[in-house]
Amino acid sequence: MKLLEYQGKQLFRDAGIPIPKGAYLPSLDTFDTIKDRLSYPAVVKAQVLIGGRGKAGGIQFADNDAEAKAQAKKIIGMDIKGHEVKSVYIEEKLDIDRELYVSCLIDRTTRKTLMLFSAEGGIEIESVPEDKIAKVYIDPLTGFSQFHARQALAVLPDGYSKDERKQLAKMLGQLYDAFRSFDCELLEINPLAITKDGQVIAADSKAIINDAAKFRQKKFEEEASEYTELEKEANAQGIAFIQLDGTIGVIANGAGLTMATLDALNEYGGNAGVFLDLGGTDDPDQVARAMRLMKKAKPSLILVNLFGGITKCDTVAKGIREVFEKEGLDCPVVTRIKGTNEKEAKEILKDAGFITTNTLQDAAKKCSELEKQQIKEVA
Amino acid sequence: MAVVLTKDSKVVVQGATGHQGTFHIGAMKTFGTNVVAGVTPGKGGQSVHDIPVFDSVQEAVKETGADVSLVFVPAPFAKDAVLEAVDAGVKTVIVITEHIPVHDAMDFVNYAKAKGVTLIGPNCPGAASPGENIKVGILPGMIFEPGPIGIASKSGTLTYEIVNALTEAGIGQTTCLGLGGDPCQGTNFIEALELFQADDETKGIVLVGEIGGTAEEEAAEYIASGKVTKPVYAYIAGRTAPEGKKMGHAGAIVQGDKGTAESKQKAFEAAGVKVAKFPTDIAQFVKADLGSA
Repeated sequence: MKLLEYQGKQLFRDAGIPIPKGAYLPSLDTFDTIKDRLSYPAVVKAQVLIGGRGKAGGIQFADNDAEAKAQAKKIIGMDIKGHEVKSVYIEEKLDIDRELYVSCLIDRTTRKTLMLFSAEGGIEIESVPEDKIAKVYIDPLTGFSQFHARQALAVLPDGYSKDERKQLAKMLGQLYDAFRSFDCELLEINPLAITKDGQVIAADSKAIINDAAKFRQKKFEEEASEYTELEKEANAQGIAFIQLDGTIGVIANGAGLTMATLDALNEYGGNAGVFLDLGGTDDPDQVARAMRLMKKAKPSLILVNLFGGITKCDTVAKGIREVFEKEGLDCPVVTRIKGTNEKEAKEILKDAGFITTNTLQDAAKKCSELEKQQIKEVA
Repeated sequence: MAVVLTKDSKVVVQGATGHQGTFHIGAMKTFGTNVVAGVTPGKGGQSVHDIPVFDSVQEAVKETGADVSLVFVPAPFAKDAVLEAVDAGVKTVIVITEHIPVHDAMDFVNYAKAKGVTLIGPNCPGAASPGENIKVGILPGMIFEPGPIGIASKSGTLTYEIVNALTEAGIGQTTCLGLGGDPCQGTNFIEALELFQADDETKGIVLVGEIGGTAEEEAAEYIASGKVTKPVYAYIAGRTAPEGKKMGHAGAIVQGDKGTAESKQKAFEAAGVKVAKFPTDIAQFVKADLGSA
């Protein structure tokens, strides 16, 4: 789950990390309720889950309440790279002297927390030269120690005061602790500002909370989602369901096999519109739920690719047939079944009027042909 | 010899009395696995398929000499279960549980490493050594045959598909390791390659990768360095996955230009690894090589 900037700032505040004074404005008509918490000059910032909002006009300045409200009115409703702005965050404008960068993420290779720190912030970290970035690996068994801070701060050029270094070291430790205690996949401060009067302060926030930890991370609600309505519905039912650009609905069991099925389809020129991973289930209810989701996505045709191990193919096949009959799903279905009870499954699917094939390649080819035919018919 | 699991392995199942635990204790016993104990806190004294259930892993290890633990414990409690198993002195822990918070996985992966315990998973189907009559996890037994190929995979069903194709082509397996689809794995491709390279019976290695992270690229580098002398074959799922979407597995995500199938394929090919376009092609590759050997 990605947090909006203002939520990330709340997280920082909880962790003891200094943030600018500010207030969240969920809608224009509540402006009067936050007035007392504003100080000027102020920055009015669009709350969206996409970078580059400044360039798109999503960050404006204001010197008084009337201006702040007018700017908020201008920004709310704006479209930034396909993301509609629903709210703004208004905070004091900092008198920034230097902009730095720090983030924590999970390093898959070392299986440890990786802290990236650089004196060159305010720009994307990808554009900072490697030798200007400190990479500090933190073992979860030890946690953050002062030597980690020293490793990070070693990339600082001359000109940082003892007090600034001390503030930075403290903030790095706080950031690591927040990264752990809020179950983050990513926690980033960019820019990490040092003001003209020598205060170290988190000027922006980027935070991703690990979805698997949602059961114990209840403080933050998902306010802006990168998922479609159907994807959200599927997630709530524990079904891996992703909408793509094409029109062919792909159903398989297991994430790897479903990806492999999309890839095979693509090899023959077919365009997948839905990725639906049934998972390791042959529970008819779950199969039915998955098929109903597929129906809502209105596929032009469906490709079913199953490998039965512990999961029995015929049970899954029955589940699929039932939904077609009960829910009146009518589009061509191409199937490829392998594994436990494959013979029985094939018969069930054939009886239901589905196309059965023997290999993934054949199934993919057939789908691609049907898709081309459908396009021709429409034209 | 196979890797990780041999006929001498004694298995304790954590989460033994749940639906999954009960079912798979039966399936594992049928395959020949020496399941010696189950653990469910508060249910000590019961039994599942004639296997005694204990309240703690420590007790199970003390009473039965179990040295491999299989974890079916639900995600919120999985970290505790793995730490308990490592602490109780087992040599290997295999974690099936999906959706474990990534920080929990990072904790127990590092703890296992520090204690010298081999950890497989999480979010994996388990492992099997058909020649040793042992499978530990949820893999279907009927697809395996003893033989010369070692397999390491990030995926479940896709692996069954590939193993099944190998078996149908008359090519058996030493050990199949399901490494799991999470971003933080106990055993990665390089560690699996080390195991298979050191195993005399393994003559060829199949890696089943997918988008996300750089484990495949690092494995390719390791192979190119000359540390793997056996032939390696690979399949990579997710060539058509869009950027920024988690494709069913927590770890299967292309971020910006990182973690793409294309980059993995290129790295493998540069290291002399044959990369298959379709999963079942792997069997044809291996057969062609073994036939000419």
